[in-house]
Amino acid sequence: MPAVSAASSSSKAASTRSDGAKSSSPRAAAPIADFSKDQDLSAYKSMLTIRRFEEKAGQLYGMGLIGGFCHLYIGQEAVVVGMQMALKDGDQVITGYRDHGHMLATGMEAKGVMAELTGRAQGYSKGKGGSMHMFSKEKGFFGGHGIVGAQVPLGTGLAFANRYRGNDNVSITYFGDGAANQGQVYESFNMAELWKLPVVYVIENNRYAMGTSVNRASAQTDFSKRGVSFNIPGEQVDGMDVRAVKAAGDKAVEWCRKGKGPFILEMLTYRYRGHSMSDPAKYRTREEVDKVRTTHDPIDMVRARIIEKKFATEDELKKIDAEVRDYVNDSAEFATHDPEPDVSELYTDIYR
Amino acid sequence: MPTDILMPALSPTMEKGNLAKWLKKEGDTVKSGDIIAEIETDKATMEVEAADEGTLGKILVPEGTQDVAVNTPIAVILGDGEKAGDIKASAPKADKPVTEKVKEDAPSAEKAIAETRAPQKAETAVAPPPVQAANDPSIPEGTEMVQMTMREALRDAMAEEMRADKDVFVMGEEVAEYQGAYKVTQGLLQEFGDKRVIDTPITEHGFAGLGVGAALAGLKPIVEFMTWNFAMQAIDQIINSAAKTLYMSGGQMGCQIVFRGPNGAAARVAAQHSQDYSAWYSHIPGLRVVSPSNPADAKGLLKAAIRDKNPVVFLENEILYGQSGPVPKLDDFVLPIGKARIARAGKDVTIVSWSMGMRYALEAAETLAKEGIEAEVIDLRTLKPMDTETIIESVKKTGRVVTVEEGWAQSGVGAEIAARVMEQAFDYLDAPVARVSGKEVPMPYAANLEKLALPSAAEVVEAAKSVSYK
Repeated sequence: MPAVSAASSSSKAASTRSDGAKSSSPRAAAPIADFSKDQDLSAYKSMLTIRRFEEKAGQLYGMGLIGGFCHLYIGQEAVVVGMQMALKDGDQVITGYRDHGHMLATGMEAKGVMAELTGRAQGYSKGKGGSMHMFSKEKGFFGGHGIVGAQVPLGTGLAFANRYRGNDNVSITYFGDGAANQGQVYESFNMAELWKLPVVYVIENNRYAMGTSVNRASAQTDFSKRGVSFNIPGEQVDGMDVRAVKAAGDKAVEWCRKGKGPFILEMLTYRYRGHSMSDPAKYRTREEVDKVRTTHDPIDMVRARIIEKKFATEDELKKIDAEVRDYVNDSAEFATHDPEPDVSELYTDIYR
Repeated sequence: MPTDILMPALSPTMEKGNLAKWLKKEGDTVKSGDIIAEIETDKATMEVEAADEGTLGKILVPEGTQDVAVNTPIAVILGDGEKAGDIKASAPKADKPVTEKVKEDAPSAEKAIAETRAPQKAETAVAPPPVQAANDPSIPEGTEMVQMTMREALRDAMAEEMRADKDVFVMGEEVAEYQGAYKVTQGLLQEFGDKRVIDTPITEHGFAGLGVGAALAGLKPIVEFMTWNFAMQAIDQIINSAAKTLYMSGGQMGCQIVFRGPNGAAARVAAQHSQDYSAWYSHIPGLRVVSPSNPADAKGLLKAAIRDKNPVVFLENEILYGQSGPVPKLDDFVLPIGKARIARAGKDVTIVSWSMGMRYALEAAETLAKEGIEAEVIDLRTLKPMDTETIIESVKKTGRVVTVEEGWAQSGVGAEIAARVMEQAFDYLDAPVARVSGKEVPMPYAANLEKLALPSAAEVVEAAKSVSYK
């Protein structure tokens, strides 16, 4: 299994690597602490909610109820859920176009997200933004951006605002292995380290930039090293293990809160579905996908742990499964019956 | 209740596909995410995943079926405790006309769309809201007028707004220690410190995006581009991130930011450093575009731009930086964005321009006056929203229009003015609108060619005479 073997071998490499950086070098991987019962159950429910939501979105897309582009997050759930567990109120989250998971993780309501996907009036953007463009000031979610890599300077700007105001909030700026090759990412890295901005760059390496595997697109495939020439510390994380993500997130966020500048976390993860709904994903084998799904699924792993540690019984988990399914089904029901935006909305929100 | 699996659309344009293969058979257990079938379109072969858990109770469309319409039930999933007998007898027969079946009992959701769309028949009747700008504030009698350069007026505008609002800061290349590449930010570092006057690396795309991010977080950045030519590296952030986010967020997330710097041709710097972006930015909904021609307007409008809650593109001109003019000495001199100014009154022909173009326009008006043609010269000052009303009112009086811009003619601001005049004052026109513009060539370096490439007062005079049939 590519994602996992890469994760374990390279995090070893990460801990022994000498990059000649300062003595406070944080390169040694964060120790992974066990989750409490509450943490495991909460992570399980959050990840399952994202999984079920995305499956439902895929289904609605298949029925023609969701239009345009629709990029599903299935397989990567542990990344946003683990990171969110490391945050506090006031921290900001920003990402690219594969963003439904991030929204749900920040606490945005499934109804509002699904209604935006169906282009309805009570969607988070009144139906004007769609899958790739949703925001919630209240939850600290700054989008939802459709141009690959554009969110990276924006997220750096959120961190700039934190520093300008002298608060201890941290900007969590997500992007993928594809966006990691955009020039503006490095322009941002440079300014972030230069000005010691509190931003955690979370690179979600799901191994494919649309249909191009990392090996075919990246001269340096260890994305945690992409900040080396700017003196930004980085770490590779098993992004399928929510505990590993949380541990790395805690460490990176603390680094930022202490005023030490940016931090890079490369999450080794995997997307089960195609790049978007219209991608048949013929650039990889079914065996490759199946192997991740059967041996290293982020949700199955937590579920197995919950049973093993007797945090919950099968029946109790089934109850959670049913709650999640109802929550998601309600959102779909809402999103397919909410009216489209009033025509008067065509000309609103251009200026304020 | 048994759940239908529908033939999915895998792209927004897919209407039907072939059911190539079943990977599960009746009686098999399936869970969410399992691949149960393969379908083919003219574009690709795609996998169908189950979105529900249960047992595959019945396959309704056998493999090998061609042209199955999207949303046709292709199989039925049975939940816990359900039996194949629970499936409605009316389930469609496989190779019967599945296409029609869709219309009958498929997706209630489709009906839901139809219902919600129904009351909105008059969709074409929506009109854009009218643009209305306030008039210039009246300057109290006896107000002292101070002579200052455009550069000083711009600096004073920033300094006053920075004193008034701690969220306002300025960033860009050489704005702090060097005091501005064109000295527009002179003295700001000394007064406000390096937290609010920030030298950036040479990284336009990056710092423009960073500025937008800071604005999304509620700060009010002034982003200086050393020239607008370099902002082409940042144009994605200006348009896609700054201009569109308010709309894309349903009004939730605005972006109060000013992008400013010198625009247009300077002198002898050749093509890559001599371009007028007036038309480019004034094309974009969500942006305001301001381009003043004199120190007073520069001060009043930059203060307004900094206070405006929307992204503002503020196009200055290097040649005009050193030009002096009277600026009213008031505590808070702010001009309305979106309001043109009649720079010279006249009755025979209307000349419309802005920024550097005003120099040619006013010089031409002098010449014309000597020849008995009284030109009315309008300084647009703001290109978006454009003060069409002032132009139209003037045309009603003169019946003739000449536009003057340094930019190229095709899809230019002059073209837009001509179209609006035609649409709104056709019956008042006594001659076709004439455009004086930059020649459609990359700006040459040689002094003689550069002069030819730019508009001139003589060309404006000629155009004004031509529309006056003189």
